[in-house]
Amino acid sequence: MSQAKGSVTGSQNRHRVQFFGISTCIWCKRTRQFLEERSVAFDYVYVDLLHGQEQEEAKAQVRRWNPSLSFPTIVVDDARCVVGYRPEELAEVLGL
Amino acid sequence: MNETRISPEQIDALYERLHREAEASGYHLNPDREFTRGLVEGLLVNEQRYGYPACPCRLATGDKQKDLDIICPCDYRDPDLVEWGACYCALYVSDDVLEGKRQVQSIPERRPPEGQRPQERPAAPPAGAPIAPPLPVWRCRVCGYLCAREQPPGVCPICKAKRERFERFW
Repeated sequence: MSQAKGSVTGSQNRHRVQFFGISTCIWCKRTRQFLEERSVAFDYVYVDLLHGQEQEEAKAQVRRWNPSLSFPTIVVDDARCVVGYRPEELAEVLGL
Repeated sequence: MNETRISPEQIDALYERLHREAEASGYHLNPDREFTRGLVEGLLVNEQRYGYPACPCRLATGDKQKDLDIICPCDYRDPDLVEWGACYCALYVSDDVLEGKRQVQSIPERRPPEGQRPQERPAAPPAGAPIAPPLPVWRCRVCGYLCAREQPPGVCPICKAKRERFERFW
């Protein structure tokens, strides 16, 4: 069972990486695995495991970058966003 | 979260049923068994959490009426199978993917924003239909199956979607 939110440490920590996912989604799982395999430091939130106000706030954060509110949504440096399982695109944005 | 764990036996049982039903009606489950078992587990988690098997890759609300279009099989499966070779979560795949001619990938969300979803459309038959049929015609929003009878069937005989997924077509 995933924790609703937390942080993963890693040697690739030049960027601020926020991962928004759904705990039952396999594309989210693959995306998280990719980040961990590449030793990327990131904060994660599983929006389906949040409740009430906390969930609403997380949804609002995701919508700012991705109005269709789909997952995974990865926000980098509060400046760029990658939606879906896109390892090549993530590698490029994160300079891996 | 107070979620009971899903046992491997439960996953196997649902996997087998979905596989049998899919093959019987011209659909296919994703042949990547590990990937697919993960999604089946997600369906079981959602059944437990919300009371209905919402798509494992979408954010459900817990309000069944609002989530009707994302109850698996979702309203978007068939158009996504045609366009992308897989549904949004990739539980179902097309013949091309099954035969290895096409790769499954993470695809864009087809579900429209709130207020424009299939269950939010008016329930009445389209205006201006030339002649009234002798019986109401019902359409399965998942697979398009049509039938003329007083009430829609309890379960779609083609794709197994439940009665609430039918709309009045004519």
